[in-house]
Amino acid sequence: MSKKQKKMLKRILISSALMIVLGFLPLEGILKFALYMVPYYIIGHDILRKAFLGVKNKQMFDESFLMAVATVGAIILGEYTEGVAVMLFFQIGEWFQSYAVGKSRRNISQLMDIRPDYANIEDESGNLEQVDPDEVAIGTVIVVQPGEKVPIDGVVTEGTSTLNTSALTGESLPRDVEEGDEIISGCINMTGLLRIRTTKEFGESTVSKILDMVENASSRKSRSENFISKFAHYYTPIVCYSALALAFIPPVVLMVLGRPAMWGTWIYRALTFLVISCPCALVISIPLSFFAGIGGASNAGVLVKGSNYLEALAYTKYVVFDKTGTMTQGVFEVAGIHHRQMEEEKLLEYAAHAESYSSHPISKSIQKAYGALVDMNRVSDVQEIGGHGIVAKVDGMEVLAGNGKLMDKYGIEYIPCEEAGTVVHIAVGGKFAGHILISDLIKPTAKQAISDLKKIGIKKTVMLTGDARTVAENVARELNIDRVHSELLPGDKVDKVEELLSAKGEKENLVFVGDGINDAPVLSRADIGIAMGAMGSDAAIEAADVVLMDDDPMKIAKAIKIAKKCVGIVYQNIYFAIGVKVLCLILGAVGIANMWLAIFSDVGVMVIAVLNAIRALNVKNL
Amino acid sequence: MKKVYKIDVDCANCARKMEIAANETEGVKKAVVNFMTLKMEVEFEEGVDPKAVMPVVLENCKKVEDECEIFF
Repeated sequence: MSKKQKKMLKRILISSALMIVLGFLPLEGILKFALYMVPYYIIGHDILRKAFLGVKNKQMFDESFLMAVATVGAIILGEYTEGVAVMLFFQIGEWFQSYAVGKSRRNISQLMDIRPDYANIEDESGNLEQVDPDEVAIGTVIVVQPGEKVPIDGVVTEGTSTLNTSALTGESLPRDVEEGDEIISGCINMTGLLRIRTTKEFGESTVSKILDMVENASSRKSRSENFISKFAHYYTPIVCYSALALAFIPPVVLMVLGRPAMWGTWIYRALTFLVISCPCALVISIPLSFFAGIGGASNAGVLVKGSNYLEALAYTKYVVFDKTGTMTQGVFEVAGIHHRQMEEEKLLEYAAHAESYSSHPISKSIQKAYGALVDMNRVSDVQEIGGHGIVAKVDGMEVLAGNGKLMDKYGIEYIPCEEAGTVVHIAVGGKFAGHILISDLIKPTAKQAISDLKKIGIKKTVMLTGDARTVAENVARELNIDRVHSELLPGDKVDKVEELLSAKGEKENLVFVGDGINDAPVLSRADIGIAMGAMGSDAAIEAADVVLMDDDPMKIAKAIKIAKKCVGIVYQNIYFAIGVKVLCLILGAVGIANMWLAIFSDVGVMVIAVLNAIRALNVKNL
Repeated sequence: MKKVYKIDVDCANCARKMEIAANETEGVKKAVVNFMTLKMEVEFEEGVDPKAVMPVVLENCKKVEDECEIFF
């Protein structure tokens, strides 16, 4: 509890106690008024002051003003108990709201407690010095002791250890690292001392980016939040004028008709109206739901960049995937070399050299199979043709390494491969030399991920890939994906997504999930782009609206479920709060609802809406 | 130019009012108040000095919600 909250709690308790005592005393006349003014002043002096300041600053229609008018009105009518009680309950409601918001604020920031405070740098004599991670230059060697957070992204230069990545990925399984491994900031080093050469500045490191993303997330407001802002803008003045009309028109009409005017009754009803009118329940609970939803999601390893994206995610009907790195592990291995016209080693040597400038996983797997070191001096005139392959000169000979399209382009006859996998055809000196079959493993959770998506009502799953048809269809069949488009150039992916976008209905959103640099345009074109974080390229993460920290495709369904729960809660609150208020307004106007019901419809509804909103934080069992 | 300031305000509706007040301040291109993280992101007009604008923003916010605070 903050200082303010403690002070307020004291005021609430003292005035409640006074009210109970006063309730038992047989008081009359001016003495009763004077005594009731004591708790009224204790509980309401700040509201009265705010209301006065509001009028002075021409900010009439706020809740302080409403409460001041309603309670002063009730007291003038002689309803002392009700006047004070309204103020008391209003303050209890405010106190509860501030307590609940503070608590969820702390909960969520605890979840996101991954900000490292310092980095250790070793000086010549071997002593560790703690410095601000912001001041560490790229390439500096930092030391991370067991129990400490990795402050900056880098590469392990010395030591082995186990990392706890749960704060980043929501994954409880620890990860082993050794010399040469890349390491991302925000993990906790559990067992051994590590020396890390930093590869990024602190501001560019994973941990800063994540914090930045989550902290700015709720600044991007959802449609529901904008709706409530607009709603409050019109609603409060309308209710105030209605209250005014209710106070004056019926009595005047009654007078004209020659009947008793009953000013007291109608003014009392108008005051009830004012108490009901406060839009707090809506104004607080909707952003709180989204905040809690985003917090819960980040705890599960799903980073959502804005409330608007979380909302949009709930209406997902189509999910489109990239294949490599999304549904498959993106770890390739050479599975075989077929139809070779030369020594296997020789073929691999040419392939490895031609591909030596590429960082594509396929070329890495060829390098790995080759085993020996590549001599870059033997390679020249390297040309990468997107969606085709590579043309390079190795020892002065032209070497082509790529798919069938590349061979066609250069007019080389080749033997197609019957087996599923990525095929790299090699041609040396204008002649087909054989092909290398590379296969990629499907992620173990991929199948479950697709069936989860089907279960939550996704209409269609589509896979887009630049890979050969046989591979793509094999993967699609195994995973039960509805449609597959293969052999696509990077630009084709955008076209395919455009096609799907134009075919879908208005309230149906399309999600694209990908990880590569090539995916960035598609990620931004889709209604919602989801990037695979741990393996994904920076460009993909930048372009995406949602980032999955641990590359697990099952998190796609989880993210959608979190979004659905959150948006469900938002709608429950909107309908519940507006429903109860409208009902109470009607009952109040015809005189059935009294001030007590009015207090419930204001404070009670707010408390229930806030409690409901906090449910969005719990995403464990989704 | 964009800057983020820490703020202190009690209720969501008050935060909403602060946002409106900040947006109506001269020199502010766009202001977004995030009640949950208690932060205000202000995008300033070209060539204005945030140090000159922020006191006015605070003053305008105080008019609509006198118990608010902006730390700049």
